Amino acid sequence: MLKIIHMTVNGKETELAVDERESLLDTLRNRLGLTSVKKGCEVGECGACTVLVNGEAIDSCIYLSMWADGKSVMTVEGLKGPDGELSPIQRAFIEEAAVQCGFCTPGLIMTAVEIVGTGKKYSREELKKLIAGHLCRCTGYENILNAMERIVEETYKVCGEKA
Amino acid sequence: MFDIRSFYEAKSVEDAVRALSEDENALLISGGTDVLIRLREGKDAGASLVSIHNISELKEIREDENGTLIIGAGASFSDITNNPIVKKNINVLGEAADTVGGPQIRNMGTIGGNICNGATSADTASTLWSFNATVVLCGKDGAREIPVTEFYVGPGRTVRKHDEVCTAFKIEKKEYEGFYGHYIKYGKRSAMEIATLGCVVRVKLSADKKKIEDIRLAFGVAGPTPVRCRKAEEAVKGMDISDASIYEKLSETALTEVNPRSSWRASKEFRLQLISELSKRALREAILKSGVLESEVAEIRYKNESDNESKANAELFSRDVYAAEGVYFNDGSAAFPGGENNA
Repeated sequence: MLKIIHMTVNGKETELAVDERESLLDTLRNRLGLTSVKKGCEVGECGACTVLVNGEAIDSCIYLSMWADGKSVMTVEGLKGPDGELSPIQRAFIEEAAVQCGFCTPGLIMTAVEIVGTGKKYSREELKKLIAGHLCRCTGYENILNAMERIVEETYKVCGEKA
Repeated sequence: MFDIRSFYEAKSVEDAVRALSEDENALLISGGTDVLIRLREGKDAGASLVSIHNISELKEIREDENGTLIIGAGASFSDITNNPIVKKNINVLGEAADTVGGPQIRNMGTIGGNICNGATSADTASTLWSFNATVVLCGKDGAREIPVTEFYVGPGRTVRKHDEVCTAFKIEKKEYEGFYGHYIKYGKRSAMEIATLGCVVRVKLSADKKKIEDIRLAFGVAGPTPVRCRKAEEAVKGMDISDASIYEKLSETALTEVNPRSSWRASKEFRLQLISELSKRALREAILKSGVLESEVAEIRYKNESDNESKANAELFSRDVYAAEGVYFNDGSAAFPGGENNA
Protein backbone atom coordinates (compact mmCIF):
# COMPACT_ATOMS: atom_id res chain seq x y z
CA MET A 1 0.00 0.00 0.00
CA LEU A 2 1.29 3.45 -0.83
CA LYS A 3 1.87 5.85 2.01
CA ILE A 4 2.71 9.53 1.87
CA ILE A 5 5.99 10.51 3.51
CA HIS A 6 7.86 13.78 3.83
CA MET A 7 11.62 13.96 3.68
CA THR A 8 14.14 16.68 3.11
CA VAL A 9 16.20 15.24 0.28
CA ASN A 10 19.44 17.07 -0.46
CA GLY A 11 18.04 20.16 1.21
CA LYS A 12 14.73 20.11 -0.64
CA GLU A 13 11.41 19.38 1.08
CA THR A 14 9.94 16.39 -0.70
CA GLU A 15 6.53 14.80 -0.41
CA LEU A 16 6.12 11.45 -2.07
CA ALA A 17 4.14 8.25 -2.05
CA VAL A 18 6.14 5.12 -1.22
CA ASP A 19 5.31 1.48 -0.78
CA GLU A 20 5.61 0.37 2.86
CA ARG A 21 7.79 -2.52 1.71
CA GLU A 22 10.26 -0.28 -0.06
CA SER A 23 13.87 0.32 0.93
CA LEU A 24 15.17 3.87 0.98
CA LEU A 25 17.59 2.73 -1.73
CA ASP A 26 14.72 1.91 -4.11
CA THR A 27 12.86 5.09 -3.26
CA LEU A 28 15.88 7.29 -3.93
CA ARG A 29 16.80 5.56 -7.18
CA ASN A 30 13.43 4.73 -8.68
CA ARG A 31 11.13 7.47 -7.45
CA LEU A 32 13.57 10.36 -7.17
CA GLY A 33 16.11 9.39 -9.85
CA LEU A 34 19.05 9.75 -7.47
CA THR A 35 21.15 7.11 -9.16
CA SER A 36 24.37 8.00 -7.36
CA VAL A 37 22.99 5.64 -4.73
CA LYS A 38 24.16 2.24 -5.94
CA LYS A 39 22.51 -1.11 -5.40
CA GLY A 40 25.20 -3.63 -4.50
CA CYS A 41 24.81 -6.50 -2.06
CA GLU A 42 21.39 -5.47 -0.70
CA VAL A 43 22.28 -6.90 2.72
CA GLY A 44 24.25 -4.05 4.25
CA GLU A 45 27.71 -5.41 3.61
CA CYS A 46 29.16 -3.51 0.63
CA GLY A 47 28.31 0.10 1.48
CA ALA A 48 27.56 1.09 -2.14
CA CYS A 49 24.12 2.38 -1.12
CA THR A 50 25.39 4.55 1.75
CA VAL A 51 23.50 7.81 2.26
CA LEU A 52 23.22 10.18 5.19
CA VAL A 53 20.02 10.19 7.24
CA ASN A 54 20.00 13.11 9.68
CA GLY A 55 23.74 13.32 9.10
CA GLU A 56 24.51 9.67 9.90
CA ALA A 57 25.81 7.27 7.26
CA ILE A 58 23.51 4.29 6.83
CA ASP A 59 23.07 1.47 4.31
CA SER A 60 19.93 2.55 2.45
CA CYS A 61 19.35 -1.02 1.17
CA ILE A 62 18.33 -2.15 4.67
CA TYR A 63 16.55 1.01 5.71
CA LEU A 64 12.80 1.21 5.17
CA SER A 65 11.63 4.38 3.42
CA MET A 66 8.87 4.65 6.00
CA TRP A 67 11.54 5.32 8.62
CA ALA A 68 12.81 8.35 6.67
CA ASP A 69 9.49 10.15 7.16
CA GLY A 70 10.27 13.52 8.70
CA LYS A 71 14.02 13.09 8.30
CA SER A 72 16.73 14.66 6.22
CA VAL A 73 18.43 12.52 3.57
CA MET A 74 21.59 13.38 1.68
CA THR A 75 23.11 11.73 -1.38
CA VAL A 76 26.07 12.62 -3.58
CA GLU A 77 23.73 14.71 -5.78
CA GLY A 78 23.34 17.03 -2.80
CA LEU A 79 27.05 17.88 -2.75
CA LYS A 80 26.86 19.72 -6.06
CA GLY A 81 27.69 23.42 -5.84
CA PRO A 82 25.37 26.15 -7.21
CA ASP A 83 27.05 26.04 -10.63
CA GLY A 84 27.38 22.29 -10.69
CA GLU A 85 30.94 22.28 -9.33
CA LEU A 86 32.30 19.34 -7.39
CA SER A 87 32.73 19.44 -3.63
CA PRO A 88 36.23 19.41 -2.10
CA ILE A 89 35.65 15.78 -1.09
CA GLN A 90 34.90 14.75 -4.65
CA ARG A 91 37.90 16.73 -5.90
CA ALA A 92 40.15 14.95 -3.39
CA PHE A 93 38.96 11.60 -4.77
CA ILE A 94 39.80 12.71 -8.32
CA GLU A 95 43.15 14.22 -7.42
CA GLU A 96 44.24 11.10 -5.55
CA ALA A 97 42.96 8.80 -8.34
CA ALA A 98 40.75 7.10 -5.76
CA VAL A 99 38.17 6.18 -8.40
CA GLN A 100 38.43 3.29 -10.82
CA CYS A 101 35.15 1.68 -11.84
CA GLY A 102 33.31 4.14 -9.60
CA PHE A 103 30.68 1.82 -8.17
CA CYS A 104 31.81 2.15 -4.56
CA THR A 105 32.66 5.84 -4.90
CA PRO A 106 29.33 7.53 -4.07
CA GLY A 107 28.99 5.49 -0.88
CA LEU A 108 32.55 6.26 0.17
CA ILE A 109 32.02 9.95 -0.58
CA MET A 110 29.01 9.99 1.75
CA THR A 111 31.01 8.30 4.49
CA ALA A 112 33.70 10.94 3.87
CA VAL A 113 31.07 13.64 4.36
CA GLU A 114 30.18 12.11 7.73
CA ILE A 115 33.85 11.82 8.74
CA VAL A 116 34.76 15.33 7.63
CA GLY A 117 31.68 16.67 9.41
CA THR A 118 33.17 15.73 12.78
CA GLY A 119 36.01 18.19 12.15
CA LYS A 120 38.37 15.78 13.90
CA LYS A 121 41.77 14.63 12.73
CA TYR A 122 42.13 10.90 12.12
CA SER A 123 45.14 8.68 11.63
CA ARG A 124 45.32 6.38 8.63
CA GLU A 125 44.51 3.45 10.90
CA GLU A 126 41.43 5.21 12.23
CA LEU A 127 40.35 6.04 8.69
CA LYS A 128 40.71 2.38 7.73
CA LYS A 129 38.25 1.49 10.45
CA LEU A 130 35.89 4.28 9.42
CA ILE A 131 35.70 3.07 5.81
CA ALA A 132 35.42 -0.60 6.80
CA GLY A 133 31.75 -0.62 5.79
CA HIS A 134 32.66 -0.23 2.10
CA LEU A 135 33.92 -2.77 -0.37
CA CYS A 136 36.05 -1.63 -3.30
CA ARG A 137 37.12 -4.31 -5.77
CA CYS A 138 39.39 -2.10 -7.89
CA THR A 139 41.64 0.23 -5.98
CA GLY A 140 43.05 -1.79 -3.11
CA TYR A 141 41.92 1.13 -0.92
CA GLU A 142 45.29 2.90 -0.88
CA ASN A 143 44.23 5.85 -3.01
CA ILE A 144 40.88 6.01 -1.23
CA LEU A 145 42.74 6.37 2.06
CA ASN A 146 45.01 8.98 0.46
CA ALA A 147 41.93 10.95 -0.56
CA MET A 148 40.42 10.55 2.89
CA GLU A 149 43.63 11.72 4.57
CA ARG A 150 43.85 14.68 2.22
CA ILE A 151 40.30 15.88 2.82
CA VAL A 152 40.45 15.31 6.57
CA GLU A 153 43.69 17.28 6.69
CA GLU A 154 42.31 20.11 4.54
CA THR A 155 39.16 20.39 6.63
CA TYR A 156 41.07 20.30 9.88
CA LYS A 157 43.30 23.14 8.70
CA VAL A 158 40.27 25.30 7.97
CA CYS A 159 37.87 24.34 10.74
CA GLY A 160 39.79 22.55 13.49
CA GLU A 161 37.52 20.84 16.00
CA LYS A 162 34.82 23.43 15.39
CA ALA A 163 33.44 21.91 12.18
CA MET B 1 10.75 -4.51 -2.14
CA PHE B 2 10.82 -6.61 1.02
CA ASP B 3 8.47 -9.54 1.19
CA ILE B 4 6.30 -8.30 4.03
CA ARG B 5 2.55 -8.41 4.36
CA SER B 6 2.16 -5.30 6.44
CA PHE B 7 4.14 -2.64 8.22
CA TYR B 8 3.15 -0.75 11.32
CA GLU B 9 5.18 2.05 12.89
CA ALA B 10 4.36 2.01 16.60
CA LYS B 11 3.80 5.37 18.26
CA SER B 12 4.90 4.20 21.68
CA VAL B 13 6.02 1.07 23.50
CA GLU B 14 2.43 0.39 24.63
CA ASP B 15 1.26 0.78 21.05
CA ALA B 16 3.88 -1.75 19.90
CA VAL B 17 2.82 -4.22 22.63
CA ARG B 18 -0.79 -3.87 21.52
CA ALA B 19 0.09 -4.36 17.84
CA LEU B 20 2.17 -7.45 18.66
CA SER B 21 -0.54 -9.00 20.81
CA GLU B 22 -3.08 -8.56 18.01
CA ASP B 23 -0.98 -10.51 15.50
CA GLU B 24 0.84 -13.58 16.71
CA ASN B 25 2.89 -13.73 13.52
CA ALA B 26 4.11 -10.14 13.69
CA LEU B 27 7.83 -9.49 13.98
CA LEU B 28 9.29 -6.68 16.01
CA ILE B 29 11.77 -4.55 14.08
CA SER B 30 14.04 -1.86 15.46
CA GLY B 31 17.33 -1.14 13.66
CA GLY B 32 16.47 -3.64 10.94
CA THR B 33 20.01 -4.85 10.37
CA ASP B 34 19.05 -8.45 11.14
CA VAL B 35 15.31 -8.59 10.42
CA LEU B 36 15.57 -7.05 6.94
CA ILE B 37 18.48 -9.28 6.01
CA ARG B 38 16.51 -12.37 7.00
CA LEU B 39 13.65 -11.08 4.87
CA ARG B 40 15.99 -10.47 1.95
CA GLU B 41 17.13 -14.08 2.24
CA GLY B 42 13.53 -15.22 2.01
CA LYS B 43 13.23 -16.19 5.65
CA ASP B 44 10.16 -14.88 7.48
CA ALA B 45 8.61 -14.12 4.07
CA GLY B 46 5.16 -12.60 4.31
CA ALA B 47 5.66 -11.43 7.88
CA SER B 48 3.97 -8.40 9.37
CA LEU B 49 6.38 -5.92 10.86
CA VAL B 50 5.78 -3.88 13.97
CA SER B 51 8.42 -1.18 14.03
CA ILE B 52 9.81 0.57 17.10
CA HIS B 53 12.43 2.35 15.00
CA ASN B 54 11.30 5.90 15.69
CA ILE B 55 10.34 5.70 19.37
CA SER B 56 12.71 8.28 20.83
CA GLU B 57 12.26 7.24 24.50
CA LEU B 58 13.89 3.91 23.62
CA LYS B 59 17.08 5.66 22.51
CA GLU B 60 17.80 7.35 25.82
CA ILE B 61 20.96 6.67 27.80
CA ARG B 62 20.89 8.11 31.31
CA GLU B 63 22.00 7.74 34.90
CA ASP B 64 19.39 7.71 37.68
CA GLU B 65 19.77 9.19 41.16
CA ASN B 66 21.34 5.95 42.52
CA GLY B 67 23.98 5.87 39.82
CA THR B 68 22.21 3.07 37.95
CA LEU B 69 22.83 3.42 34.23
CA ILE B 70 19.83 2.94 31.96
CA ILE B 71 20.57 2.20 28.33
CA GLY B 72 17.59 2.39 26.04
CA ALA B 73 17.15 -0.72 23.91
CA GLY B 74 16.80 1.46 20.83
CA ALA B 75 20.21 3.10 21.30
CA SER B 76 22.38 2.32 18.30
CA PHE B 77 25.88 0.89 18.68
CA SER B 78 27.38 4.25 17.72
CA ASP B 79 25.06 6.08 20.15
CA ILE B 80 26.48 3.88 22.90
CA THR B 81 30.13 4.22 21.85
CA ASN B 82 29.90 8.01 21.63
CA ASN B 83 27.77 8.59 24.72
CA PRO B 84 29.56 10.57 27.48
CA ILE B 85 27.88 8.59 30.31
CA VAL B 86 29.01 5.33 28.72
CA LYS B 87 32.52 6.67 28.11
CA LYS B 88 32.88 7.84 31.68
CA ASN B 89 31.48 4.80 33.50
CA ILE B 90 31.29 1.73 31.28
CA ASN B 91 33.63 2.47 28.41
CA VAL B 92 34.18 -1.23 27.69
CA LEU B 93 30.55 -1.53 26.57
CA GLY B 94 31.17 1.25 24.05
CA GLU B 95 34.30 -0.55 22.87
CA ALA B 96 32.41 -3.81 22.44
CA ALA B 97 29.63 -2.02 20.55
CA ASP B 98 32.29 -0.48 18.33
CA THR B 99 33.33 -3.93 17.03
CA VAL B 100 29.93 -4.76 15.51
CA GLY B 101 29.72 -4.86 11.68
CA GLY B 102 30.93 -1.63 10.09
CA PRO B 103 30.27 2.06 10.70
CA GLN B 104 26.95 2.18 8.84
CA ILE B 105 25.66 -0.92 10.62
CA ARG B 106 26.70 0.61 13.94
CA ASN B 107 24.65 3.71 13.09
CA MET B 108 21.59 1.51 12.47
CA GLY B 109 21.72 -1.59 14.65
CA THR B 110 20.55 -1.36 18.26
CA ILE B 111 21.70 -2.95 21.50
CA GLY B 112 18.16 -4.22 22.08
CA GLY B 113 18.25 -6.14 18.82
CA ASN B 114 21.73 -7.43 19.57
CA ILE B 115 20.49 -8.98 22.82
CA CYS B 116 16.97 -10.02 21.78
CA ASN B 117 18.27 -12.01 18.80
CA GLY B 118 19.61 -14.38 21.41
CA ALA B 119 22.89 -14.91 19.56
CA THR B 120 25.85 -16.00 21.66
CA SER B 121 28.09 -14.06 19.25
CA ALA B 122 26.45 -10.69 19.99
CA ASP B 123 29.32 -8.35 20.81
CA THR B 124 27.50 -6.42 23.53
CA ALA B 125 26.09 -9.55 25.21
CA SER B 126 29.17 -10.85 27.00
CA THR B 127 29.89 -7.36 28.32
CA LEU B 128 26.33 -6.97 29.62
CA TRP B 129 26.74 -10.37 31.33
CA SER B 130 29.89 -9.11 33.01
CA PHE B 131 27.90 -6.13 34.31
CA ASN B 132 25.10 -8.35 35.65
CA ALA B 133 22.82 -6.10 33.61
CA THR B 134 19.05 -6.27 33.94
CA VAL B 135 16.82 -6.54 30.89
CA VAL B 136 13.62 -4.49 31.09
CA LEU B 137 10.72 -5.99 29.15
CA CYS B 138 7.39 -4.26 28.65
CA GLY B 139 4.30 -6.37 27.99
CA LYS B 140 0.52 -6.32 28.33
CA ASP B 141 0.73 -6.55 32.11
CA GLY B 142 3.36 -3.87 32.51
CA ALA B 143 7.11 -4.06 32.86
CA ARG B 144 9.23 -6.89 34.24
CA GLU B 145 12.94 -7.07 34.86
CA ILE B 146 15.16 -10.08 34.27
CA PRO B 147 18.90 -10.48 34.82
CA VAL B 148 20.57 -10.75 31.41
CA THR B 149 22.19 -13.96 32.68
CA GLU B 150 18.71 -15.52 32.83
CA PHE B 151 17.48 -13.94 29.61
CA TYR B 152 18.87 -16.54 27.21
CA VAL B 153 17.21 -19.94 26.92
CA GLY B 154 19.34 -21.33 24.09
CA PRO B 155 20.81 -20.35 20.74
CA GLY B 156 18.53 -17.69 19.24
CA ARG B 157 15.99 -18.10 22.04
CA THR B 158 15.24 -15.79 24.93
CA VAL B 159 12.56 -15.48 27.60
CA ARG B 160 11.06 -12.47 25.79
CA LYS B 161 7.46 -13.26 24.96
CA HIS B 162 6.06 -12.52 21.53
CA ASP B 163 4.16 -9.46 22.71
CA GLU B 164 6.90 -8.03 24.89
CA VAL B 165 9.17 -5.16 23.91
CA CYS B 166 12.63 -4.88 25.39
CA THR B 167 12.88 -1.27 26.48
CA ALA B 168 16.16 -0.92 28.34
CA PHE B 169 19.16 -2.43 30.12
CA LYS B 170 20.09 -1.39 33.62
CA ILE B 171 23.54 -1.51 35.15
CA GLU B 172 23.89 -0.85 38.87
CA LYS B 173 26.64 1.36 40.21
CA LYS B 174 28.25 -1.42 42.28
CA GLU B 175 28.69 -3.39 39.08
CA TYR B 176 30.79 -0.73 37.34
CA GLU B 177 32.25 1.62 39.91
CA GLY B 178 36.04 1.32 40.09
CA PHE B 179 36.20 -1.28 37.31
CA TYR B 180 38.20 -1.06 34.09
CA GLY B 181 37.50 -3.46 31.29
CA HIS B 182 38.75 -4.75 27.99
CA TYR B 183 36.87 -6.58 25.23
CA ILE B 184 38.57 -8.65 22.55
CA LYS B 185 36.68 -9.82 19.51
CA TYR B 186 38.34 -12.55 17.50
CA GLY B 187 37.28 -12.90 13.90
CA LYS B 188 38.88 -13.75 10.60
CA ARG B 189 38.79 -10.11 9.60
CA SER B 190 38.68 -7.02 11.74
CA ALA B 191 35.47 -5.51 10.35
CA MET B 192 32.11 -6.70 9.01
CA GLU B 193 32.58 -9.89 10.96
CA ILE B 194 30.72 -12.02 13.43
CA ALA B 195 32.80 -12.96 16.44
CA THR B 196 34.48 -16.37 16.35
CA LEU B 197 34.96 -15.66 20.01
CA GLY B 198 34.40 -12.63 22.22
CA CYS B 199 36.09 -12.16 25.59
CA VAL B 200 35.61 -9.45 28.17
CA VAL B 201 37.57 -8.97 31.38
CA ARG B 202 36.82 -6.21 33.87
CA VAL B 203 38.94 -5.67 36.95
CA LYS B 204 38.77 -3.57 40.06
CA LEU B 205 42.14 -3.17 41.70
CA SER B 206 42.78 -2.66 45.40
CA ALA B 207 43.37 0.92 46.61
CA ASP B 208 47.15 0.50 46.29
CA LYS B 209 46.64 -0.88 42.76
CA LYS B 210 48.63 -4.01 43.55
CA LYS B 211 45.94 -6.66 43.89
CA ILE B 212 42.89 -7.78 41.99
CA GLU B 213 40.08 -6.86 44.35
CA ASP B 214 37.26 -7.91 42.04
CA ILE B 215 37.08 -9.28 38.52
CA ARG B 216 34.55 -10.28 35.88
CA LEU B 217 35.16 -12.64 32.99
CA ALA B 218 32.59 -13.39 30.29
CA PHE B 219 32.61 -14.86 26.80
CA GLY B 220 30.55 -14.92 23.67
CA VAL B 221 30.52 -18.04 21.44
CA ALA B 222 32.05 -20.12 24.24
CA GLY B 223 28.73 -21.92 24.56
CA PRO B 224 25.16 -21.82 23.22
CA THR B 225 24.59 -18.57 25.13
CA PRO B 226 27.04 -15.99 26.45
CA VAL B 227 28.73 -17.26 29.60
CA ARG B 228 30.22 -15.73 32.70
CA CYS B 229 33.04 -17.65 34.39
CA ARG B 230 32.47 -17.17 38.11
CA LYS B 231 34.90 -19.87 39.26
CA ALA B 232 37.69 -18.30 37.23
CA GLU B 233 36.83 -14.94 38.74
CA GLU B 234 37.03 -16.39 42.26
CA ALA B 235 40.31 -18.12 41.44
CA VAL B 236 42.19 -14.88 40.86
CA LYS B 237 40.46 -12.59 43.35
CA GLY B 238 42.95 -11.14 45.81
CA MET B 239 45.96 -12.11 43.71
CA ASP B 240 48.86 -9.80 43.03
CA ILE B 241 48.99 -8.21 39.56
CA SER B 242 52.73 -8.79 39.47
CA ASP B 243 52.17 -12.55 39.85
CA ALA B 244 52.31 -14.12 36.39
CA SER B 245 50.23 -17.10 37.55
CA ILE B 246 47.08 -14.89 37.45
CA TYR B 247 46.88 -15.56 33.73
CA GLU B 248 47.05 -19.35 33.96
CA LYS B 249 44.70 -19.44 36.95
CA LEU B 250 42.12 -17.38 35.11
CA SER B 251 42.36 -19.11 31.76
CA GLU B 252 42.65 -22.67 33.07
CA THR B 253 39.69 -22.28 35.40
CA ALA B 254 37.70 -20.62 32.61
CA LEU B 255 38.26 -23.66 30.41
CA THR B 256 36.34 -25.77 32.94
CA GLU B 257 33.31 -23.47 32.70
CA VAL B 258 32.85 -23.07 28.96
CA ASN B 259 31.21 -25.27 26.37
CA PRO B 260 32.11 -24.16 22.83
CA ARG B 261 31.21 -26.20 19.77
CA SER B 262 32.55 -26.64 16.30
CA SER B 263 30.83 -24.61 13.64
CA TRP B 264 31.76 -23.60 10.13
CA ARG B 265 33.49 -20.55 11.60
CA ALA B 266 35.90 -22.45 13.83
CA SER B 267 36.43 -25.77 15.57
CA LYS B 268 35.80 -26.40 19.23
CA GLU B 269 39.54 -26.92 19.76
CA PHE B 270 40.38 -23.58 18.23
CA ARG B 271 37.73 -21.86 20.34
CA LEU B 272 39.20 -23.44 23.49
CA GLN B 273 42.59 -22.10 22.44
CA LEU B 274 41.05 -18.65 21.98
CA ILE B 275 39.31 -18.79 25.36
CA SER B 276 42.60 -19.57 27.04
CA GLU B 277 44.63 -16.99 25.15
CA LEU B 278 42.16 -14.11 24.97
CA SER B 279 41.25 -14.29 28.67
CA LYS B 280 44.94 -13.76 29.49
CA ARG B 281 45.36 -10.88 27.07
CA ALA B 282 42.11 -9.21 28.10
CA LEU B 283 43.08 -9.50 31.77
CA ARG B 284 46.42 -7.81 31.14
CA GLU B 285 44.82 -5.04 29.09
CA ALA B 286 42.12 -4.47 31.70
CA ILE B 287 44.76 -4.15 34.44
CA LEU B 288 46.77 -1.73 32.30
CA LYS B 289 43.66 0.39 31.72
CA SER B 290 43.29 0.68 35.49
CA GLY B 291 46.18 3.13 35.43
CA VAL B 292 49.04 0.81 36.33
CA LEU B 293 52.50 1.07 34.83
CA GLU B 294 53.32 -1.67 32.36
CA SER B 295 56.32 -2.69 34.49
CA GLU B 296 54.06 -3.42 37.48
CA VAL B 297 51.88 -5.94 35.65
CA ALA B 298 53.15 -9.46 35.13
CA GLU B 299 53.94 -10.53 31.57
CA ILE B 300 51.96 -13.41 30.14
CA ARG B 301 54.11 -16.54 30.34
CA TYR B 302 53.92 -19.39 27.90
CA LYS B 303 54.63 -22.96 28.89
CA ASN B 304 57.52 -23.39 26.55
CA GLU B 305 59.96 -20.70 27.59
CA SER B 306 61.12 -20.06 24.06
CA ASP B 307 57.55 -19.14 23.14
CA ASN B 308 57.17 -15.48 22.68
CA GLU B 309 54.09 -13.55 21.70
CA SER B 310 54.82 -13.65 18.01
CA LYS B 311 55.05 -17.42 18.12
CA ALA B 312 51.79 -17.62 19.98
CA ASN B 313 50.26 -15.39 17.34
CA ALA B 314 51.66 -17.51 14.56
CA GLU B 315 50.19 -20.60 16.16
CA LEU B 316 46.81 -18.96 16.53
CA PHE B 317 46.92 -18.01 12.89
CA SER B 318 47.83 -21.43 11.60
CA ARG B 319 45.20 -23.11 13.75
CA ASP B 320 42.72 -20.65 12.40
CA VAL B 321 43.58 -21.55 8.84
CA TYR B 322 43.16 -25.23 9.68
CA ALA B 323 39.85 -24.44 11.28
CA ALA B 324 38.77 -22.54 8.19
CA GLU B 325 39.65 -25.58 6.09
CA GLY B 326 37.70 -27.84 8.38
CA VAL B 327 40.73 -29.87 9.43
CA TYR B 328 39.86 -29.68 13.10
CA PHE B 329 36.19 -30.39 12.71
CA ASN B 330 35.61 -33.36 14.93
CA ASP B 331 31.92 -33.67 14.16
CA GLY B 332 32.61 -34.05 10.45
CA SER B 333 30.44 -31.10 9.54
CA ALA B 334 32.69 -28.71 7.73
CA ALA B 335 29.83 -27.55 5.55
CA PHE B 336 27.73 -24.47 6.28
CA PRO B 337 24.91 -25.64 8.51
CA GLY B 338 23.49 -22.15 8.03
CA GLY B 339 22.40 -19.28 10.19
CA GLU B 340 24.18 -17.15 12.72
CA ASN B 341 22.91 -19.34 15.53
CA ASN B 342 25.68 -21.69 14.58
CA ALA B 343 28.23 -18.94 15.07
